[in-house]
Amino acid sequence: MSELTALTISAAREKLRAKEITSTELTQAYLDAIASSNDKLNAYVATTEEKALKMAAQSDEKLQKGEGGDLEGVPLGIKDLYATEGDHTQACSHILDGFKPKYESTVTANLWADGAVQLGKLNMDEFAMGSANETSYYGAVVNPWRRGNEDTPIVPGGSSGGSASAVAAHLCAAATATDTGGSIRQPAAFTGTVGIKPTYGRCSRWGIAAFASSLDQAGPITRDVRDAAIMLKSMASHDSKDTTSVDRAVPDYEAALGKSVKGMKIGIPKEYRVEGMPAEIEELWQQGIDWYREAGAEIVDISLPHTKYALPAYYIVAPAEASSNLARYDGVKYGLRVEGKDITEMYENTRGTGFGDEVKRRIMIGTYVLSAGYYDAYYLRAQKVRTLIKRDFETVFADGIDAILTPATPSAAFGVGEMANADPVEMYLNDIFTVTVNMAGLPGISVPAGLDKTGLPLGLQLIGKPFEEETLFQTASVIEAAAGQFTPKKWW
Amino acid sequence: MSVDLKTVKRVATLARIKVDDDEAKIMEEKLNAILGFVEQLNEVDVDGVEPMTSVVDIAMKKREDAVNDGNKANDITANSPASEDNFFMVPKVVE
Repeated sequence: MSELTALTISAAREKLRAKEITSTELTQAYLDAIASSNDKLNAYVATTEEKALKMAAQSDEKLQKGEGGDLEGVPLGIKDLYATEGDHTQACSHILDGFKPKYESTVTANLWADGAVQLGKLNMDEFAMGSANETSYYGAVVNPWRRGNEDTPIVPGGSSGGSASAVAAHLCAAATATDTGGSIRQPAAFTGTVGIKPTYGRCSRWGIAAFASSLDQAGPITRDVRDAAIMLKSMASHDSKDTTSVDRAVPDYEAALGKSVKGMKIGIPKEYRVEGMPAEIEELWQQGIDWYREAGAEIVDISLPHTKYALPAYYIVAPAEASSNLARYDGVKYGLRVEGKDITEMYENTRGTGFGDEVKRRIMIGTYVLSAGYYDAYYLRAQKVRTLIKRDFETVFADGIDAILTPATPSAAFGVGEMANADPVEMYLNDIFTVTVNMAGLPGISVPAGLDKTGLPLGLQLIGKPFEEETLFQTASVIEAAAGQFTPKKWW
Repeated sequence: MSVDLKTVKRVATLARIKVDDDEAKIMEEKLNAILGFVEQLNEVDVDGVEPMTSVVDIAMKKREDAVNDGNKANDITANSPASEDNFFMVPKVVE
Protein backbone atom coordinates (compact mmCIF):
# COMPACT_ATOMS: atom_id res chain seq x y z
CA MET A 1 0.00 0.00 0.00
CA SER A 2 1.59 3.24 -1.06
CA GLU A 3 1.36 6.13 1.36
CA LEU A 4 -0.92 8.12 -0.92
CA THR A 5 -3.75 5.60 -0.78
CA ALA A 6 -3.51 5.51 3.01
CA LEU A 7 -4.73 9.12 3.24
CA THR A 8 -8.24 9.87 4.50
CA ILE A 9 -10.26 12.44 2.56
CA SER A 10 -9.49 15.15 5.10
CA ALA A 11 -5.73 14.38 5.00
CA ALA A 12 -5.63 14.16 1.19
CA ARG A 13 -7.57 17.37 0.87
CA GLU A 14 -5.05 19.25 2.97
CA LYS A 15 -2.11 17.95 0.94
CA LEU A 16 -3.89 18.71 -2.34
CA ARG A 17 -4.67 22.27 -1.26
CA ALA A 18 -1.13 22.77 -0.01
CA LYS A 19 0.09 21.48 -3.42
CA GLU A 20 2.19 18.80 -1.70
CA ILE A 21 0.55 16.23 -3.97
CA THR A 22 -1.52 16.42 -7.14
CA SER A 23 -4.85 14.76 -7.82
CA THR A 24 -3.27 13.04 -10.82
CA GLU A 25 -0.67 11.39 -8.57
CA LEU A 26 -3.30 10.40 -6.04
CA THR A 27 -5.68 9.09 -8.70
CA GLN A 28 -2.91 7.12 -10.40
CA ALA A 29 -1.91 5.58 -7.06
CA TYR A 30 -5.48 4.33 -6.61
CA LEU A 31 -5.73 3.07 -10.20
CA ASP A 32 -2.47 1.15 -9.68
CA ALA A 33 -3.73 -0.28 -6.39
CA ILE A 34 -6.97 -1.40 -8.09
CA ALA A 35 -5.04 -2.95 -10.98
CA SER A 36 -2.87 -5.01 -8.67
CA SER A 37 -5.51 -5.99 -6.07
CA ASN A 38 -8.90 -6.23 -7.68
CA ASP A 39 -8.55 -9.83 -8.83
CA LYS A 40 -8.18 -10.82 -5.16
CA LEU A 41 -10.98 -8.69 -3.73
CA ASN A 42 -13.39 -8.31 -6.68
CA ALA A 43 -14.51 -4.94 -5.29
CA TYR A 44 -14.73 -3.14 -8.65
CA VAL A 45 -16.80 -4.38 -11.57
CA ALA A 46 -15.49 -1.62 -13.86
CA THR A 47 -12.80 1.01 -13.64
CA THR A 48 -13.19 4.31 -15.50
CA GLU A 49 -9.53 5.11 -15.85
CA GLU A 50 -9.79 7.60 -18.68
CA LYS A 51 -12.56 9.55 -16.95
CA ALA A 52 -10.63 9.44 -13.65
CA LEU A 53 -7.45 10.90 -15.10
CA LYS A 54 -9.38 13.56 -17.00
CA MET A 55 -11.28 14.59 -13.85
CA ALA A 56 -8.01 14.59 -11.88
CA ALA A 57 -6.31 16.84 -14.45
CA GLN A 58 -9.23 19.28 -14.26
CA SER A 59 -9.00 19.27 -10.46
CA ASP A 60 -5.25 19.91 -10.61
CA GLU A 61 -5.86 22.97 -12.77
CA LYS A 62 -8.26 24.36 -10.18
CA LEU A 63 -6.05 23.43 -7.24
CA GLN A 64 -3.09 25.15 -8.89
CA LYS A 65 -5.10 28.36 -8.91
CA GLY A 66 -6.12 27.85 -5.29
CA GLU A 67 -9.69 27.07 -6.36
CA GLY A 68 -11.90 24.02 -6.17
CA GLY A 69 -14.72 22.43 -4.22
CA ASP A 70 -14.90 20.56 -0.95
CA LEU A 71 -13.81 17.28 -2.54
CA GLU A 72 -11.52 18.71 -5.20
CA GLY A 73 -9.26 15.99 -6.56
CA VAL A 74 -10.43 13.25 -4.16
CA PRO A 75 -10.84 9.82 -5.87
CA LEU A 76 -14.04 7.92 -5.08
CA GLY A 77 -15.60 4.57 -5.91
CA ILE A 78 -19.27 4.50 -6.95
CA LYS A 79 -21.68 1.66 -6.23
CA ASP A 80 -22.92 0.08 -9.46
CA LEU A 81 -26.52 1.02 -8.48
CA TYR A 82 -25.83 4.71 -9.30
CA ALA A 83 -26.26 5.85 -12.89
CA THR A 84 -23.08 7.50 -14.12
CA GLU A 85 -23.15 8.79 -17.65
CA GLY A 86 -21.66 6.48 -20.23
CA ASP A 87 -20.38 3.94 -17.68
CA HIS A 88 -21.16 0.42 -16.53
CA THR A 89 -24.41 0.76 -14.52
CA GLN A 90 -26.03 -2.62 -14.02
CA ALA A 91 -26.95 -2.95 -10.34
CA CYS A 92 -24.65 -5.98 -10.73
CA SER A 93 -27.43 -7.84 -12.54
CA HIS A 94 -27.29 -9.89 -15.72
CA ILE A 95 -30.58 -8.31 -16.82
CA LEU A 96 -28.94 -4.91 -17.30
CA ASP A 97 -26.19 -6.28 -19.53
CA GLY A 98 -24.46 -3.52 -21.44
CA PHE A 99 -26.56 -0.69 -19.95
CA LYS A 100 -24.74 2.64 -20.10
CA PRO A 101 -27.00 5.49 -19.02
CA LYS A 102 -27.18 8.79 -20.88
CA TYR A 103 -27.65 10.62 -17.59
CA GLU A 104 -26.02 11.09 -14.21
CA SER A 105 -27.57 10.42 -10.79
CA THR A 106 -28.12 13.53 -8.65
CA VAL A 107 -25.86 12.28 -5.84
CA THR A 108 -22.89 11.59 -8.12
CA ALA A 109 -23.49 14.88 -9.96
CA ASN A 110 -23.24 16.62 -6.57
CA LEU A 111 -19.93 14.87 -5.84
CA TRP A 112 -18.45 15.82 -9.23
CA ALA A 113 -19.64 19.41 -8.79
CA ASP A 114 -17.60 19.47 -5.57
CA GLY A 115 -14.53 18.26 -7.44
CA ALA A 116 -14.42 14.52 -6.69
CA VAL A 117 -12.83 12.06 -9.14
CA GLN A 118 -14.55 8.83 -10.27
CA LEU A 119 -12.34 5.72 -10.14
CA GLY A 120 -14.94 3.18 -11.21
CA LYS A 121 -18.05 1.21 -10.34
CA LEU A 122 -18.24 -1.03 -7.29
CA ASN A 123 -19.56 -4.54 -6.89
CA MET A 124 -22.77 -5.09 -4.90
CA ASP A 125 -25.50 -7.64 -4.31
CA GLU A 126 -27.76 -7.85 -7.36
CA PHE A 127 -30.25 -4.94 -7.15
CA ALA A 128 -28.98 -4.39 -3.57
CA MET A 129 -30.67 -7.60 -2.40
CA GLY A 130 -28.34 -9.42 -0.05
CA SER A 131 -26.31 -9.18 3.13
CA ALA A 132 -23.02 -10.77 2.04
CA ASN A 133 -22.39 -9.50 -1.48
CA GLU A 134 -22.76 -13.07 -2.73
CA THR A 135 -25.73 -12.45 -5.06
CA SER A 136 -23.82 -10.27 -7.54
CA TYR A 137 -23.79 -11.47 -11.15
CA TYR A 138 -20.11 -10.52 -11.05
CA GLY A 139 -19.27 -12.90 -8.20
CA ALA A 140 -18.67 -12.50 -4.49
CA VAL A 141 -16.61 -9.65 -3.05
CA VAL A 142 -13.86 -10.58 -0.59
CA ASN A 143 -13.31 -8.69 2.66
CA PRO A 144 -9.71 -7.51 3.19
CA TRP A 145 -10.09 -8.67 6.80
CA ARG A 146 -9.25 -12.28 7.69
CA ARG A 147 -9.69 -14.48 10.75
CA GLY A 148 -6.29 -14.43 12.45
CA ASN A 149 -3.77 -16.09 10.16
CA GLU A 150 -6.35 -18.12 8.22
CA ASP A 151 -6.73 -17.47 4.52
CA THR A 152 -10.46 -18.36 4.35
CA PRO A 153 -12.13 -15.64 2.27
CA ILE A 154 -14.53 -13.59 4.42
CA VAL A 155 -17.60 -11.74 3.12
CA PRO A 156 -17.63 -7.93 3.35
CA GLY A 157 -21.38 -7.84 4.07
CA GLY A 158 -23.92 -6.42 1.70
CA SER A 159 -25.39 -5.10 -0.29
CA SER A 160 -22.70 -2.39 -0.50
CA GLY A 161 -19.93 -4.99 -0.15
CA GLY A 162 -17.77 -3.64 -2.97
CA SER A 163 -17.95 -0.16 -1.43
CA ALA A 164 -16.96 -1.42 2.03
CA SER A 165 -14.18 -3.71 0.79
CA ALA A 166 -12.70 -0.99 -1.46
CA VAL A 167 -12.68 1.59 1.35
CA ALA A 168 -11.16 -0.84 3.88
CA ALA A 169 -8.52 -2.04 1.39
CA HIS A 170 -7.65 1.54 0.36
CA LEU A 171 -8.84 1.10 -3.24
CA CYS A 172 -10.66 4.44 -3.03
CA ALA A 173 -10.64 7.34 -0.57
CA ALA A 174 -14.36 6.79 0.09
CA ALA A 175 -17.34 5.24 -1.67
CA THR A 176 -21.00 5.85 -2.30
CA ALA A 177 -23.39 3.19 -1.08
CA THR A 178 -27.13 2.70 -0.54
CA ASP A 179 -29.11 1.32 2.38
CA THR A 180 -32.59 -0.25 2.20
CA GLY A 181 -32.41 -2.52 5.27
CA GLY A 182 -28.81 -2.14 6.44
CA SER A 183 -26.80 -2.21 3.20
CA ILE A 184 -24.50 0.64 4.28
CA ARG A 185 -24.20 -0.04 8.01
CA GLN A 186 -23.81 -3.83 7.99
CA PRO A 187 -20.91 -3.93 5.46
CA ALA A 188 -19.30 -0.97 7.26
CA ALA A 189 -19.42 -2.97 10.50
CA PHE A 190 -17.97 -6.06 8.76
CA THR A 191 -15.00 -4.13 7.34
CA GLY A 192 -14.01 -1.72 10.12
CA THR A 193 -15.28 1.30 8.18
CA VAL A 194 -17.80 4.05 8.94
CA GLY A 195 -21.19 4.03 7.18
CA ILE A 196 -24.08 6.43 7.56
CA LYS A 197 -27.61 6.03 6.25
CA PRO A 198 -29.13 9.49 6.43
CA THR A 199 -32.78 10.30 7.10
CA TYR A 200 -35.14 9.24 4.32
CA GLY A 201 -35.38 12.23 1.97
CA ARG A 202 -31.95 13.70 2.81
CA CYS A 203 -30.31 12.48 -0.43
CA SER A 204 -32.00 12.40 -3.79
CA ARG A 205 -32.81 8.92 -5.10
CA TRP A 206 -32.90 10.15 -8.68
CA GLY A 207 -30.67 8.07 -10.94
CA ILE A 208 -30.23 5.28 -8.39
CA ALA A 209 -31.82 2.00 -9.52
CA ALA A 210 -34.85 1.57 -7.28
CA PHE A 211 -35.18 -1.47 -4.99
CA ALA A 212 -37.78 -0.45 -2.35
CA SER A 213 -38.57 3.21 -2.88
CA SER A 214 -39.98 3.95 0.58
CA LEU A 215 -36.84 2.55 2.26
CA ASP A 216 -33.90 3.26 -0.11
CA GLN A 217 -31.43 5.98 0.88
CA ALA A 218 -27.99 6.92 -0.41
CA GLY A 219 -25.06 7.43 1.94
CA PRO A 220 -21.28 7.09 2.13
CA ILE A 221 -18.85 4.46 3.43
CA THR A 222 -15.61 6.03 4.65
CA ARG A 223 -12.46 5.40 6.69
CA ASP A 224 -13.43 7.70 9.56
CA VAL A 225 -16.27 9.78 10.95
CA ARG A 226 -14.93 13.07 9.62
CA ASP A 227 -14.82 11.70 6.07
CA ALA A 228 -18.42 10.52 6.42
CA ALA A 229 -19.42 14.07 7.41
CA ILE A 230 -17.55 15.52 4.41
CA MET A 231 -19.10 13.03 1.98
CA LEU A 232 -22.68 13.37 3.26
CA LYS A 233 -22.53 17.15 3.04
CA SER A 234 -21.76 16.85 -0.66
CA MET A 235 -24.18 13.99 -1.42
CA ALA A 236 -27.22 15.53 0.30
CA SER A 237 -29.36 18.04 -1.54
CA HIS A 238 -32.88 19.01 -2.39
CA ASP A 239 -33.79 17.71 -5.84
CA SER A 240 -36.93 18.57 -7.76
CA LYS A 241 -36.51 15.30 -9.67
CA ASP A 242 -37.22 13.26 -6.51
CA THR A 243 -40.52 14.24 -4.90
CA THR A 244 -39.45 12.59 -1.63
CA SER A 245 -36.25 14.62 -1.36
CA VAL A 246 -36.53 17.22 1.36
CA ASP A 247 -36.21 20.96 0.87
CA ARG A 248 -34.07 21.63 3.89
CA ALA A 249 -30.65 23.26 4.16
CA VAL A 250 -27.72 20.82 4.42
CA PRO A 251 -25.80 21.58 7.62
CA ASP A 252 -22.02 21.67 7.89
CA TYR A 253 -21.73 18.21 9.42
CA GLU A 254 -18.02 18.58 10.15
CA ALA A 255 -18.80 21.36 12.62
CA ALA A 256 -20.54 18.79 14.84
CA LEU A 257 -17.40 16.67 15.26
CA GLY A 258 -15.68 16.72 18.62
CA LYS A 259 -18.50 18.58 20.38
CA SER A 260 -18.99 17.35 23.93
CA VAL A 261 -21.75 14.84 24.60
CA LYS A 262 -21.96 15.89 28.24
CA GLY A 263 -25.53 15.76 29.44
CA MET A 264 -26.83 14.08 26.29
CA LYS A 265 -29.22 11.19 26.79
CA ILE A 266 -28.19 7.95 25.11
CA GLY A 267 -30.96 5.34 24.97
CA ILE A 268 -30.23 1.63 25.33
CA PRO A 269 -33.14 -0.42 23.93
CA LYS A 270 -33.67 -3.66 25.82
CA GLU A 271 -35.27 -5.36 22.79
CA TYR A 272 -31.92 -5.35 20.97
CA ARG A 273 -30.58 -7.88 23.48
CA VAL A 274 -31.64 -10.78 21.28
CA GLU A 275 -31.57 -14.48 22.06
CA GLY A 276 -28.39 -16.23 21.01
CA MET A 277 -26.41 -13.01 20.67
CA PRO A 278 -22.68 -13.81 21.03
CA ALA A 279 -21.10 -12.67 24.30
CA GLU A 280 -18.62 -10.60 22.30
CA ILE A 281 -21.39 -8.43 20.87
CA GLU A 282 -22.89 -7.99 24.31
CA GLU A 283 -19.47 -6.94 25.68
CA LEU A 284 -18.89 -4.52 22.81
CA TRP A 285 -22.23 -2.90 23.49
CA GLN A 286 -21.41 -2.59 27.20
CA GLN A 287 -18.05 -1.09 26.27
CA GLY A 288 -19.87 1.52 24.18
CA ILE A 289 -22.17 2.33 27.09
CA ASP A 290 -19.13 2.81 29.35
CA TRP A 291 -17.47 5.13 26.82
CA TYR A 292 -20.54 7.40 26.78
CA ARG A 293 -20.80 7.36 30.54
CA GLU A 294 -17.12 8.41 30.80
CA ALA A 295 -17.77 11.16 28.25
CA GLY A 296 -20.46 12.57 30.52
CA ALA A 297 -23.57 11.35 28.71
CA GLU A 298 -26.56 10.03 30.60
CA ILE A 299 -27.40 6.39 29.86
CA VAL A 300 -31.12 5.66 29.81
CA ASP A 301 -32.74 2.23 29.48
CA ILE A 302 -35.50 2.44 26.90
CA SER A 303 -38.02 0.13 25.28
CA LEU A 304 -38.90 -0.13 21.58
CA PRO A 305 -41.57 -2.82 21.92
CA HIS A 306 -42.18 -3.56 18.21
CA THR A 307 -38.51 -4.17 17.35
CA LYS A 308 -38.90 -7.89 16.68
CA TYR A 309 -41.60 -7.22 14.06
CA ALA A 310 -39.45 -4.88 11.96
CA LEU A 311 -37.68 -7.63 10.02
CA PRO A 312 -40.82 -9.66 9.13
CA ALA A 313 -42.65 -6.45 8.16
CA TYR A 314 -39.65 -5.45 6.05
CA TYR A 315 -39.81 -8.78 4.20
CA ILE A 316 -43.32 -7.87 3.07
CA VAL A 317 -42.89 -4.16 2.33
CA ALA A 318 -39.50 -4.36 0.57
CA PRO A 319 -40.33 -7.29 -1.78
CA ALA A 320 -43.72 -5.73 -2.56
CA GLU A 321 -42.07 -2.50 -3.68
CA ALA A 322 -39.31 -4.43 -5.47
CA SER A 323 -41.78 -6.52 -7.46
CA SER A 324 -43.28 -3.31 -8.75
CA ASN A 325 -39.98 -1.45 -9.32
CA LEU A 326 -38.37 -4.38 -11.15
CA ALA A 327 -41.30 -4.79 -13.55
CA ARG A 328 -39.49 -2.38 -15.86
CA TYR A 329 -36.81 -4.97 -16.71
CA ASP A 330 -38.62 -6.70 -19.54
CA GLY A 331 -36.14 -6.94 -22.40
CA VAL A 332 -37.60 -3.96 -24.25
CA LYS A 333 -36.04 -0.71 -23.03
CA TYR A 334 -32.56 -1.75 -21.93
CA GLY A 335 -30.27 -4.62 -21.12
CA LEU A 336 -30.76 -8.28 -21.81
CA ARG A 337 -33.39 -9.76 -24.15
CA VAL A 338 -34.00 -13.48 -24.50
CA GLU A 339 -36.35 -14.13 -27.42
CA GLY A 340 -39.49 -16.29 -27.18
CA LYS A 341 -42.34 -17.36 -29.44
CA ASP A 342 -44.39 -14.27 -28.51
CA ILE A 343 -44.00 -11.14 -26.40
CA THR A 344 -45.10 -12.82 -23.15
CA GLU A 345 -42.61 -15.63 -23.58
CA MET A 346 -39.94 -13.05 -24.40
CA TYR A 347 -40.68 -11.28 -21.07
CA GLU A 348 -40.62 -14.57 -19.16
CA ASN A 349 -37.44 -15.83 -20.79
CA THR A 350 -35.67 -12.50 -20.30
CA ARG A 351 -36.62 -12.23 -16.63
CA GLY A 352 -36.05 -15.94 -15.97
CA THR A 353 -32.52 -15.70 -17.37
CA GLY A 354 -31.66 -12.15 -16.33
CA PHE A 355 -32.54 -12.20 -12.62
CA GLY A 356 -30.59 -14.21 -10.04
CA ASP A 357 -32.23 -16.52 -7.47
CA GLU A 358 -32.49 -14.03 -4.61
CA VAL A 359 -34.00 -11.34 -6.82
CA LYS A 360 -36.51 -13.82 -8.27
CA ARG A 361 -37.46 -14.90 -4.75
CA ARG A 362 -38.14 -11.36 -3.65
CA ILE A 363 -40.14 -10.50 -6.77
CA MET A 364 -42.19 -13.66 -6.19
CA ILE A 365 -42.84 -12.84 -2.52
CA GLY A 366 -43.78 -9.29 -3.49
CA THR A 367 -46.10 -10.44 -6.25
CA TYR A 368 -47.74 -12.94 -3.89
CA VAL A 369 -48.34 -10.52 -1.00
CA LEU A 370 -49.82 -7.94 -3.34
CA SER A 371 -52.02 -10.43 -5.21
CA ALA A 372 -55.80 -10.47 -4.93
CA GLY A 373 -56.99 -11.86 -1.61
CA TYR A 374 -53.65 -11.50 0.20
CA TYR A 375 -53.11 -7.73 0.11
CA ASP A 376 -54.89 -6.99 3.41
CA ALA A 377 -53.46 -9.96 5.28
CA TYR A 378 -49.87 -9.20 4.35
CA TYR A 379 -49.16 -5.78 2.87
CA LEU A 380 -51.72 -3.67 4.71
CA ARG A 381 -50.88 -5.34 8.02
CA ALA A 382 -47.15 -4.80 7.45
CA GLN A 383 -47.73 -1.10 6.74
CA LYS A 384 -49.67 -0.82 10.01
CA VAL A 385 -46.85 -2.55 11.89
CA ARG A 386 -44.50 -0.05 10.28
CA THR A 387 -46.53 2.80 11.79
CA LEU A 388 -46.10 1.15 15.21
CA ILE A 389 -42.33 0.76 14.74
CA LYS A 390 -42.02 4.44 13.90
CA ARG A 391 -44.22 5.36 16.87
CA ASP A 392 -41.87 3.44 19.23
CA PHE A 393 -39.01 5.72 18.19
CA GLU A 394 -41.14 8.88 18.32
CA THR A 395 -42.10 8.05 21.89
CA VAL A 396 -38.53 7.68 23.18
CA PHE A 397 -37.36 10.78 21.33
CA ALA A 398 -40.29 12.75 22.80
CA ASP A 399 -39.13 11.55 26.23
CA GLY A 400 -35.82 13.35 25.68
CA ILE A 401 -33.52 10.68 24.22
CA ASP A 402 -30.91 12.26 21.90
CA ALA A 403 -29.53 9.11 20.27
CA ILE A 404 -29.92 5.35 20.60
CA LEU A 405 -26.93 3.01 20.90
CA THR A 406 -27.15 -0.59 19.61
CA PRO A 407 -24.83 -3.20 18.11
CA ALA A 408 -24.64 -2.81 14.30
CA THR A 409 -24.83 -6.54 13.54
CA PRO A 410 -25.62 -9.70 15.52
CA SER A 411 -22.20 -11.22 14.66
CA ALA A 412 -18.90 -10.57 12.91
CA ALA A 413 -18.51 -11.34 9.19
CA PHE A 414 -18.69 -14.99 8.07
CA GLY A 415 -16.85 -16.91 5.38
CA VAL A 416 -17.75 -16.76 1.68
CA GLY A 417 -20.17 -19.62 0.95
CA GLU A 418 -20.69 -20.51 4.63
CA MET A 419 -24.36 -19.52 4.45
CA ALA A 420 -24.99 -21.18 1.07
CA ASN A 421 -27.23 -23.90 2.50
CA ALA A 422 -28.92 -21.72 5.09
CA ASP A 423 -32.58 -20.85 4.63
CA PRO A 424 -33.09 -17.29 3.35
CA VAL A 425 -34.34 -16.09 6.74
CA GLU A 426 -31.00 -16.91 8.41
CA MET A 427 -29.28 -14.52 6.02
CA TYR A 428 -31.98 -11.89 6.58
CA LEU A 429 -31.27 -11.94 10.34
CA ASN A 430 -28.02 -10.07 9.63
CA ASP A 431 -30.11 -6.92 9.30
CA ILE A 432 -32.04 -7.36 12.53
CA PHE A 433 -30.50 -4.26 14.20
CA THR A 434 -30.38 -2.03 11.13
CA VAL A 435 -33.74 -2.63 9.44
CA THR A 436 -35.80 -0.86 12.13
CA VAL A 437 -34.09 2.39 11.13
CA ASN A 438 -35.20 2.11 7.48
CA MET A 439 -38.73 1.16 8.51
CA ALA A 440 -38.89 4.39 10.58
CA GLY A 441 -37.02 6.54 8.02
CA LEU A 442 -34.42 7.58 10.62
CA PRO A 443 -30.70 8.27 10.28
CA GLY A 444 -28.26 5.61 11.52
CA ILE A 445 -24.49 5.38 11.60
CA SER A 446 -22.22 2.36 12.08
CA VAL A 447 -18.83 2.99 13.68
CA PRO A 448 -16.04 0.45 14.19
CA ALA A 449 -15.72 -0.28 17.88
CA GLY A 450 -13.49 -3.34 18.28
CA LEU A 451 -12.38 -6.74 17.00
CA ASP A 452 -13.76 -10.17 17.81
CA LYS A 453 -11.54 -12.96 19.13
CA THR A 454 -10.57 -14.04 15.61
CA GLY A 455 -9.55 -10.49 14.72
CA LEU A 456 -12.60 -9.48 12.64
CA PRO A 457 -14.06 -5.99 13.08
CA LEU A 458 -17.29 -5.26 14.95
CA GLY A 459 -19.38 -2.09 14.85
CA LEU A 460 -21.78 -0.16 17.02
CA GLN A 461 -24.78 1.70 15.64
CA LEU A 462 -26.22 5.05 16.66
CA ILE A 463 -29.77 5.97 15.68
CA GLY A 464 -30.90 9.59 15.62
CA LYS A 465 -33.96 11.77 15.22
CA PRO A 466 -35.12 12.66 11.69
CA PHE A 467 -32.67 15.08 10.03
CA GLU A 468 -30.39 15.18 13.05
CA GLU A 469 -27.40 13.59 11.38
CA GLU A 470 -25.25 16.16 13.21
CA THR A 471 -26.05 14.42 16.51
CA LEU A 472 -24.88 11.14 14.97
CA PHE A 473 -21.55 12.59 13.85
CA GLN A 474 -21.11 14.18 17.28
CA THR A 475 -21.87 10.97 19.19
CA ALA A 476 -20.02 8.70 16.74
CA SER A 477 -16.83 10.69 17.38
CA VAL A 478 -16.91 9.47 20.99
CA ILE A 479 -16.70 5.82 19.91
CA GLU A 480 -14.04 6.61 17.32
CA ALA A 481 -11.91 8.51 19.83
CA ALA A 482 -12.15 5.68 22.37
CA ALA A 483 -11.85 2.68 20.02
CA GLY A 484 -9.41 4.09 17.50
CA GLN A 485 -9.33 3.11 13.85
CA PHE A 486 -8.97 -0.35 12.37
CA THR A 487 -6.93 -1.26 9.30
CA PRO A 488 -6.58 -4.81 7.98
CA LYS A 489 -3.12 -6.32 7.52
CA LYS A 490 -2.32 -6.22 3.81
CA TRP A 491 -2.29 -9.58 1.96
CA TRP A 492 -4.03 -8.55 -1.27
CA MET B 1 -50.20 -19.35 5.16
CA SER B 2 -48.06 -21.28 2.76
CA VAL B 3 -47.81 -21.76 -0.98
CA ASP B 4 -48.03 -25.01 -2.96
CA LEU B 5 -46.36 -25.78 -6.26
CA LYS B 6 -49.40 -24.67 -8.24
CA THR B 7 -49.42 -21.27 -6.49
CA VAL B 8 -45.67 -20.85 -7.09
CA LYS B 9 -46.24 -21.36 -10.81
CA ARG B 10 -49.21 -18.99 -10.85
CA VAL B 11 -47.21 -16.26 -9.09
CA ALA B 12 -44.31 -16.81 -11.51
CA THR B 13 -46.72 -16.25 -14.38
CA LEU B 14 -48.02 -13.06 -12.76
CA ALA B 15 -44.42 -11.88 -12.28
CA ARG B 16 -43.50 -12.90 -15.86
CA ILE B 17 -40.60 -15.05 -14.71
CA LYS B 18 -39.95 -18.37 -16.43
CA VAL B 19 -39.56 -21.05 -13.78
CA ASP B 20 -39.01 -24.73 -14.62
CA ASP B 21 -40.28 -27.59 -12.43
CA ASP B 22 -37.07 -28.11 -10.48
CA GLU B 23 -36.71 -24.41 -9.83
CA ALA B 24 -40.36 -24.17 -8.75
CA LYS B 25 -39.83 -26.93 -6.15
CA ILE B 26 -36.85 -25.14 -4.61
CA MET B 27 -38.77 -21.88 -4.69
CA GLU B 28 -41.75 -23.45 -2.93
CA GLU B 29 -39.50 -24.42 -0.03
CA LYS B 30 -37.70 -21.05 0.20
CA LEU B 31 -40.86 -18.97 -0.18
CA ASN B 32 -42.55 -20.98 2.58
CA ALA B 33 -39.59 -20.32 4.88
CA ILE B 34 -40.07 -16.59 4.32
CA LEU B 35 -43.86 -16.76 4.64
CA GLY B 36 -43.47 -18.76 7.86
CA PHE B 37 -41.18 -16.06 9.21
CA VAL B 38 -43.54 -13.18 8.43
CA GLU B 39 -46.44 -15.07 10.03
CA GLN B 40 -45.47 -13.62 13.44
CA LEU B 41 -46.95 -10.29 12.35
CA ASN B 42 -50.33 -11.81 13.19
CA GLU B 43 -49.43 -11.48 16.88
CA VAL B 44 -49.45 -7.69 16.62
CA ASP B 45 -52.58 -5.80 17.59
CA VAL B 46 -53.09 -3.39 14.70
CA ASP B 47 -56.68 -2.38 15.50
CA GLY B 48 -57.18 1.29 14.78
CA VAL B 49 -53.61 1.75 13.48
CA GLU B 50 -53.25 3.73 10.27
CA PRO B 51 -51.10 2.03 7.61
CA MET B 52 -47.95 4.01 6.84
CA THR B 53 -48.06 5.91 3.58
CA SER B 54 -45.08 8.24 4.04
CA VAL B 55 -42.19 7.61 6.41
CA VAL B 56 -41.21 11.28 6.60
CA ASP B 57 -43.82 13.81 7.55
CA ILE B 58 -43.90 15.88 4.39
CA ALA B 59 -46.56 16.79 1.88
CA MET B 60 -46.01 15.45 -1.62
CA LYS B 61 -44.43 18.18 -3.69
CA LYS B 62 -46.09 19.24 -6.88
CA ARG B 63 -44.28 20.82 -9.76
CA GLU B 64 -45.60 23.26 -12.26
CA ASP B 65 -47.31 21.58 -15.20
CA ALA B 66 -44.66 22.67 -17.66
CA VAL B 67 -42.40 21.02 -20.22
CA ASN B 68 -38.86 21.14 -18.80
CA ASP B 69 -37.18 18.26 -20.56
CA GLY B 70 -37.50 16.28 -23.75
CA ASN B 71 -36.38 15.86 -27.35
CA LYS B 72 -34.19 12.95 -26.31
CA ALA B 73 -35.63 10.10 -28.33
CA ASN B 74 -32.15 8.96 -29.34
CA ASP B 75 -30.98 8.87 -25.73
CA ILE B 76 -34.08 7.01 -24.62
CA THR B 77 -33.79 4.23 -27.18
CA ALA B 78 -29.97 4.11 -27.12
CA ASN B 79 -29.85 1.19 -24.66
CA SER B 80 -32.65 -0.83 -26.21
CA PRO B 81 -31.78 -4.38 -27.33
CA ALA B 82 -33.81 -3.71 -30.51
CA SER B 83 -34.86 -0.33 -31.84
CA GLU B 84 -35.46 1.32 -35.18
CA ASP B 85 -36.11 5.00 -35.96
CA ASN B 86 -36.47 5.70 -32.23
CA PHE B 87 -39.10 2.98 -31.78
CA PHE B 88 -38.67 0.07 -29.38
CA MET B 89 -38.98 -3.15 -31.37
CA VAL B 90 -40.98 -6.01 -29.79
CA PRO B 91 -42.39 -9.29 -31.12
CA LYS B 92 -45.72 -8.90 -32.93
CA VAL B 93 -48.57 -8.38 -30.45
CA VAL B 94 -51.60 -8.06 -32.76
CA GLU B 95 -52.56 -10.51 -35.47
